[in-house]
Amino acid sequence: MNTLNRNMVRRLPMVPSFILLSIFMAGPIIWALYISLTNTSLTGSKALNPDFIGLQNYSDLLQDPEFPNSLWLTLIFVFFSAVVGQNTLGLLLALSFKTASRVMRRISSTLVMAAWMLPEIVVAFAAYVFFNTDGTLNQILMIFGLDPVAWLFEAPMLSIILANIWRGTAFSMMVYIAALDEVPEEIIEAAKLDGVSSSQNIFFVTLPIIKNSINTNLMLITLQTLSVFALVYTMTQGGPSKRSNTLPVFAYDEAFRVSQIGYGAAISVVMIVIGVFFSVIYVRLLKSEGVK
Amino acid sequence: MKKYTALTAAGGAVLLTAIASGCTSAADDSVSMDSTNEEKVIKVSYLVNDGFQQLDDLFNKVKPEFEENNPGVTVQLDPITGTDADYTNKLGLMHQSASTQPDVFYQDSFLVRSDVAAGYLLNLDPYVSEWDEWDLFDEGAKGAGMAADGSIYAVSNGTDTRGIYYRKSVVEEAGIDLPWQPESWDELIADVRQIKESTGEIAFNTYSGNGAGEGAVMQGFFMFLYGTGEDPLFDNESGKWVVGSQGFKDALSVYETLFEEELAAPVEEAADGNMWQKVLGPWIKDGTVAATIDGSWVPRMWGSAGGDFEWPEYQDEIGVAYMPNQAGDGIVTLSGGWTFAIGSETEHPQESFDFLKTALNYENSLKFYTENGQIAVRSDVAQDEEYQSANQFVPFFTDLVSNTHFRPATEDYPRISIAAQQATDDIMYGKVSVEEAAAAYDQAVIDIVGEENVIRK
Repeated sequence: MNTLNRNMVRRLPMVPSFILLSIFMAGPIIWALYISLTNTSLTGSKALNPDFIGLQNYSDLLQDPEFPNSLWLTLIFVFFSAVVGQNTLGLLLALSFKTASRVMRRISSTLVMAAWMLPEIVVAFAAYVFFNTDGTLNQILMIFGLDPVAWLFEAPMLSIILANIWRGTAFSMMVYIAALDEVPEEIIEAAKLDGVSSSQNIFFVTLPIIKNSINTNLMLITLQTLSVFALVYTMTQGGPSKRSNTLPVFAYDEAFRVSQIGYGAAISVVMIVIGVFFSVIYVRLLKSEGVK
Repeated sequence: MKKYTALTAAGGAVLLTAIASGCTSAADDSVSMDSTNEEKVIKVSYLVNDGFQQLDDLFNKVKPEFEENNPGVTVQLDPITGTDADYTNKLGLMHQSASTQPDVFYQDSFLVRSDVAAGYLLNLDPYVSEWDEWDLFDEGAKGAGMAADGSIYAVSNGTDTRGIYYRKSVVEEAGIDLPWQPESWDELIADVRQIKESTGEIAFNTYSGNGAGEGAVMQGFFMFLYGTGEDPLFDNESGKWVVGSQGFKDALSVYETLFEEELAAPVEEAADGNMWQKVLGPWIKDGTVAATIDGSWVPRMWGSAGGDFEWPEYQDEIGVAYMPNQAGDGIVTLSGGWTFAIGSETEHPQESFDFLKTALNYENSLKFYTENGQIAVRSDVAQDEEYQSANQFVPFFTDLVSNTHFRPATEDYPRISIAAQQATDDIMYGKVSVEEAAAAYDQAVIDIVGEENVIRK
């Protein structure tokens, strides 16, 4: 009884966060789940009196040729812009800062941070203007005598991936700067005395030590990137001809342009499932590391 | 474990900020709520963008006028900046709650029926029946605001028609006699090829694809489709949607020709929903575009001094032609137009309707018709000297009204229009054949209205 009471008291401070999470996290998810089982629309009689249609939206989604396309594009976007791009670049920057001069460190970290501090929509417009046919990138290319390219039309995925790397690298960089500060100098020094080269030092000493940070970082940026909307919508609207139609843009398009709120909600529920799937994998990786 | 705690704390901080900001805005609301007890506030939502400032001008003129004649009522103007599609989405979301729904709003006529079915619009029957000027509105205008139940839910503030605008000098240089008037699709395509040969640029612009939205069918695909025969989209007699028609495929084939032979705008430009700003701005001025299907409102954009599209030379440089039908025995035009409507949840229906009446009185209708290039729907204003001489093309486009088609007045139209836009999108990119695009459209229509509501022609 006494221990039970003590346990209750110990958990008391968690109550506010539990309540807040229930309202602001679980609430919308349950609502989306419910809406996805109806044929709610933004206009028309189904806006007033939606019917409960069970799993109809989900079976429609599985038959929709746009769904595999959208899923594939989303995975490509997440893999190249987050897992490869932001993560690697962030780590490289953090590692190079260890040896860089103070001035260099200040200047480059400010530049990288700038994209992170700006609101997403501002970054999106800047990237749109940069990649536009009459934009900055083509102006630069023309200085070198190269022909301008309609980037957003010819290479929509590459454009949004590069834009997202630019926007998100600062986050990974900060995580890794913090993680590298935690790596004990003595171990590095000891390895050096044992005759380990600096690249071996990074791969066999530093990286294993910060492995947990890497996993945590990967999980966070994967989830962030899965739900990137404003950047893609502003730059390409998912086009041309749906060639950059990632799941968030697909959901928006179905819910608001085609007015099928129920169908759009079903797509968002699928996005939640994908997010949970990735989280479970990363959490497993973290845990197995802890057991060792 | 530590990291998770830190994360939870960070998440909590974000939530708290959200709640705090939520509280402040709630507090703001309650302040304005209090003031409504002494003073009635009418929120008026409408569209504004680079190419459309006329309504903003009008409402800024009407607001003081109305407030002076209606003491105790304040008009809160809520201009929404964006494209037509952005505006439609935002308005749809605002309708979801009585606290965000506007009292009076600018409503595209093609959405009236579906928004009435959704319960967003107030039934205006009791108000129009006591309005002595209501009888001045023509039948087409009354129909634009009428729903399936025969009641009026919106009042038209002008209509429009569509035709072909062309650069006289560019067409003449291609060896075509002026005034240019292709009599059939074959003649149109032959002339357009000749122009392409001569300029190497965009010979004939027709809007297309998902980006252009409703414009892709109104100033585009339906101008061809309606030239393929009687009731090619919606069979008025049976009240069913047409699928499997040869006309639909023929119209798509023209699109295929226009884009494949690069007679129309390059796909990367046509895909951009804002292309019309280039077409009616720099491109038509420097002859990059030789001809374009566009609406009756365009001359006012060129004519408005100081505007983004100002181009006084249009009076000499621009010619207009009718859109021919396929067979060459008639012409095609379509009419749309916008309306003013009142939110179903409004607390001040009478005041809202009074505002609507002021915005649509003789003087204000005249101002909007002339400045926005609208075709008059009030018979008294239609006779006004100032209206008739607003620009040299008014008689051309006003005469077109007698031949015009209105979009099918059903609540399913907006979604079917999107299916047709998708067909033009796929054809424009050369993604599918005409047969495949038409089959996909047929399937989409059946999915929307059900097998029992389609008719094969």
